[in-house]
Amino acid sequence: MSLIELRDVRRVYDLGEVEVHALRSVTLDIDLGEYVALVGPSGSGKSTLMNTLGCLDRPSHGSYLLDGQEIVTMTRDQRAAIRNRQLGFVFQNFNLLNRTSAIENVELPLMYGRGISGRERRDRAKEMLEKVGLGDRLDHHPSQLSGGQQQRVAIARALVNRPSILMADEPTGNLDSKTSREVIELFRKLNQEQKITVILVTHDQNVARNAKRTLVLRDGSVVEDTSDFERVLRVLNPDLEIRPT
Amino acid sequence: MTLMDTLRIAIRALLKNKMRAALTIFGVVIGIAAVTTMVSIGQSAGQLVQNQFETLGTNVIVVIPGSSRNSGVRQSGAPTLTADDAVAIARDCAAVLAASPIVGAGGQVIFGNENWNPKEMMGVGDDYLTVRNWRIAAGGFFTSQDVDSANKVCVIGQTVIAKLFQTVNPIGQSIRIKNIPFRIVGVLEKKGANMVGDDQDDIVLLPHSTVRKRLFGSVFNNVHAIMVSARSPVLMSDATRQIEILLSERHQITPGQPSDFRVQNTTEIAATLGIITGTMTLMLSAIAGISLVVGGVGIMNIMLVSVTERTREIGIRMALGARGKDILRQFLIEAVVLSSVGGAIGLALGITASTTATMMINAYSPAADWPIVVSIPAAVVAMGFAAAVGIFFGYYPARRASRLDPIDALRYE
Repeated sequence: MSLIELRDVRRVYDLGEVEVHALRSVTLDIDLGEYVALVGPSGSGKSTLMNTLGCLDRPSHGSYLLDGQEIVTMTRDQRAAIRNRQLGFVFQNFNLLNRTSAIENVELPLMYGRGISGRERRDRAKEMLEKVGLGDRLDHHPSQLSGGQQQRVAIARALVNRPSILMADEPTGNLDSKTSREVIELFRKLNQEQKITVILVTHDQNVARNAKRTLVLRDGSVVEDTSDFERVLRVLNPDLEIRPT
Repeated sequence: MTLMDTLRIAIRALLKNKMRAALTIFGVVIGIAAVTTMVSIGQSAGQLVQNQFETLGTNVIVVIPGSSRNSGVRQSGAPTLTADDAVAIARDCAAVLAASPIVGAGGQVIFGNENWNPKEMMGVGDDYLTVRNWRIAAGGFFTSQDVDSANKVCVIGQTVIAKLFQTVNPIGQSIRIKNIPFRIVGVLEKKGANMVGDDQDDIVLLPHSTVRKRLFGSVFNNVHAIMVSARSPVLMSDATRQIEILLSERHQITPGQPSDFRVQNTTEIAATLGIITGTMTLMLSAIAGISLVVGGVGIMNIMLVSVTERTREIGIRMALGARGKDILRQFLIEAVVLSSVGGAIGLALGITASTTATMMINAYSPAADWPIVVSIPAAVVAMGFAAAVGIFFGYYPARRASRLDPIDALRYE
């Protein structure tokens, strides 16, 4: 049994006049410890797939088993509990709470979890911030941190509840190339050393290249599922001659 | 998330927008202060009326003759009560402070070439002032000896003085009633109008024996009524019962037989007055309550703005595992914090305002002596009401926040 099992998952948005098929029948398995990149042009359904995998959205059709549990039939509150315990989110624009210190941002998921004392919450948040190299920035507010530092706070927040899956939606989209590399390196280490399953959506080929497996989406379908990045590049840019970088 | 955590988050969220929170709180402050002030002043007025009523004699019981049967003829108002009954009541009833016979009289009062027809002229016993809780302004009251010997003495009220004695000190002077001279031994303190508006100072008091013997020429010992005061308002029913037993015995009335007297007390009138002031208080509070509703709408408004502004924060919290009820609780508690803080400040302000108002009334109108009332139950109710306003008006915005879709909320700019 895989960690994630999607079977014929579809997502249709009913906009009244028209129906938008954001996902047309996606079937895929992701195992524990994998490092998967979702790539594809805008509107290809990457984000919808990501939201579905992240239990933020519910498919209109199909089955989604996460760690053996059916997500599709769950209530909002049950999915909230799954997000809290099993998933960690990292967003393109960091999505930290403003005017709230780094450590309090990291504490948030612990607050919504099962009764963890205030002291333990603080200790775990501090430990996690130290792991991402922000041990000296505990009480800084997001506005006092650089983009890279903010994203590292967000990663600490995503991991503080020890989830099995880390989901990242364009994690380097708002970062310069140097901090992007740092974040990517952090993801690689988390995946290799702590066996955390990483699933990320990206436009950045350098980020995607880091992943061990890449899913290419187009028009709501997975058109390529491969561990060979050269194939990905050919699928994405069929007209371009590929030069090794 | 514990309640303390939620409370801490709520307070911090509110502190991020201090001005806005302060203005919202202000709305509730006005509401609660208005209600508290109105309730306090209303209760103060109620107590004032009660106090005045007591000075007029809430603990006064009146015994009047009932129907009598004489050879098969029944009539009301028969002369069944005697002055001795009054003496016996004062002596034998434990709950009774004093008793005085009442003999009604009337007629013109003449002094020199002035004359006046006072509203009330009564023959009473020497304990009458004790019964009514009245006081003498000058001179004295007639004594039991005056009553025993039916002396021609009298005590007059302030209005009578104004009508008859413009320049002369009335004490020691003689006035004539039905051509009989009566010496004025005392002057009653000014009492003003009673609750019905009657002038209580337009009065001449004479010994009841004098009225019967000198004015009526009667040889009987009958009196029109007996006025009795209980030792305290709570002893009213005891006193009433004791009087009934005593008089039944004295008048040889066996159980089952209709008694030839009736005992009336003023408790019912006091209760009615209590209802009137209570209704006034309620009405004033209801009007003040409108401002509390306005304050509540202010909370609702600001919470709706807050929910919209913080849509993204709600999305983040949901993505991190906050359930609908976590979000609901967070916003609800923010609203309750706003309203409770407003309630506490409003309560303090209301107590200050009502105390100041009462003191000012007392300072500017010396006649009134309004009691200062700070009602603890009212304070507790006001605080509870403030919290309830927060819950009531905070629920809708909080519910709206809790029902947001996490994806939409995260995308919200």
